[in-house]
Amino acid sequence: MTQKTLLSLRNLGKSFSGKNVLDSLDLDIGDGEFITLLGPSGCGKTTLLRLLAGFEIPDSGNIELAGSDITHLPPEQRPLNTVFQNYALFPHMSVYDNVAYGLKMEKRPKEEIRQRVDDVLAMVQLGDFAGRKPHQLSGGQQQRVAIARAVIKRPKLLLLDEPLSALDFKLRRTMQIELKRLQRELGITFVFVTHDQEEALSMSDRVVVLMNGQIQQKGTPREIYERPANLFTARFVGETNLFPGTLEQVGDQQITVNVSGYRRSMPCPRFPVSNGQSVHVLLRPEDIRVLEPDADHGFPGKVVERNYKGSTLDSVIHLEDGTEVLASEFFDEEDPTFDYQLGEPVRVSWVDGWEWLLPKEPDAVDETQAADV
Amino acid sequence: MMKHRRRMFRGLRQPFRTGVLVLVWGWLLALVLVPNLLVIAASFLTRDPGTFISLPVTLENYRSLMDPLYLEVFLHSLYMASVTTLVCLLIGYPFAWALSRVGKERQLLLIFLLIVPFWTNSLVRTYALKLLMATNGLINNGLMALGVIDEPMRMLYTEGAVIVGLVYLLLPFMILPLYSVFDDLRQELLLASHDLGAGRFSTFIHVVVPLTLPGILAGVMLVLLPAMGLFFVPDILGGSRNLLVGNVIKNQFLDARDWPFGAAAAILLTLAMALLLFTHRLSQRRLGEGGDL
Repeated sequence: MTQKTLLSLRNLGKSFSGKNVLDSLDLDIGDGEFITLLGPSGCGKTTLLRLLAGFEIPDSGNIELAGSDITHLPPEQRPLNTVFQNYALFPHMSVYDNVAYGLKMEKRPKEEIRQRVDDVLAMVQLGDFAGRKPHQLSGGQQQRVAIARAVIKRPKLLLLDEPLSALDFKLRRTMQIELKRLQRELGITFVFVTHDQEEALSMSDRVVVLMNGQIQQKGTPREIYERPANLFTARFVGETNLFPGTLEQVGDQQITVNVSGYRRSMPCPRFPVSNGQSVHVLLRPEDIRVLEPDADHGFPGKVVERNYKGSTLDSVIHLEDGTEVLASEFFDEEDPTFDYQLGEPVRVSWVDGWEWLLPKEPDAVDETQAADV
Repeated sequence: MMKHRRRMFRGLRQPFRTGVLVLVWGWLLALVLVPNLLVIAASFLTRDPGTFISLPVTLENYRSLMDPLYLEVFLHSLYMASVTTLVCLLIGYPFAWALSRVGKERQLLLIFLLIVPFWTNSLVRTYALKLLMATNGLINNGLMALGVIDEPMRMLYTEGAVIVGLVYLLLPFMILPLYSVFDDLRQELLLASHDLGAGRFSTFIHVVVPLTLPGILAGVMLVLLPAMGLFFVPDILGGSRNLLVGNVIKNQFLDARDWPFGAAAAILLTLAMALLLFTHRLSQRRLGEGGDL
């Protein structure tokens, strides 16, 4: 990491009535980074956010923000702010008073408050709405007020708890772009919590995948998608085809993998390998190539579903051994007849070098590997 | 299709709707409007030893009410009702807050316990208080047996006894509306306030109080107004000096047999209450502009 570290979590643990929600978690977040905590509900991401905000106190470990320990500091003394999932706007206050609240608590001069509220409302394009009450605003506008209210104190760190989950699809897209813009303009570090993997991939500098209170993987969106550290990440982020395989002819650089009788050679994976070892071959739908039935390689199967997606043609292919394969292919300008009939026999292969190998055992997560991917 | 079905249902509901409306309006007319009109009429008539009321029409009853003696009774009564309301608020507010924060099961139990006393007649419960507070009642005997005091304290027939009685009877009417606003108060709003730099006290003043104000006002109305009229509490616990407006009215009807004067006093009390309710509504409406969650 090139930036200097703003926030560092060491050995952070939290349990509720005997159940471990966070398990000795370590994480460093760089200054100015847009980091996303991604995971299914109950994975511990919201608890982690509440520990950062100060709404909960961890059972073990500590939280350091810009060099000072804030583990036991009450929320009102932490130099960070939160955008709540349902915005939590004060219903009895106008937009102006909501946004001004943080500065009023700091007892800033009236003139300064007015200036800064005007500025931040202009930034979120709500200058004309200062006198409205929250219930007179649309969901998207309430969202902007919540963001304005949270950034007006120029926090070092902004926590966002699934802030877009209440918005409809189109508005969500707009707000994603707007949030990115705000983050660039303000230079504030964002810790963004979501269960939506697409949102995580498209917005973040780095994604932290959480499951059962443990970090499964941390890395750039590209690393997470293309080189998942384990089966959980592979399955949770994006669509995945998994083929069981066996290793044959393990060399120094190259290995050969036998996937139900079909042999492909590929570079050695990052984990230690030996002859006869079972592995998972992971292929994204866009790695798959669908070939003519008379091709000389690939698994024979037949097309059971085709979905026209505009720029791609997505199909489901039923292999002879019963596995279903998802394929997503770009239209080929050269080949106007490119399409499938349902039931059409085909062969399925993949682009050389686009596969990703994972060790067979799905339960044991290799911590060191997860950490440096 | 949907529209058609909805119209059909409305058609089926029509007789039920009419029946309910007739019942409610009939009830209100016969048992609220007519008696009130009778009281209003009586207040303008003259006292008659034989028939209670008779002609001629007069304003004399209202003129007698302007006597400083009655003003004093009214003000003292308002004072005791206000103290009662304040005590109820001071006990009820934290109680309602705590009630909204405990688990669902315990919440139900506590609300149940709050409602149980309603099953016993309030007159009976006031006599029970009398037994507790009497000179050789339970409290005095208990404290003397424990050696805390040497001779019985005077509790009964004091202003304090009346206020204890009123608080005891009216506290649930303060707690229930407060509980309902605290139940609606989203915990997230308090967290947001802390997050923005407000400590506990600031959060209480800027977020909790404004958002629970409708409940405070409703509770005050539900305690203050009845507290002025619960005549049997001073009758049983208060002796002769701690009268409520309700006592004056009751005495005129039952003891002095001066119905027109009692009616006039009742009308004035009703008007005073109506004024309070009207102010309450005005403030509610102003809060309501942005107060809905």
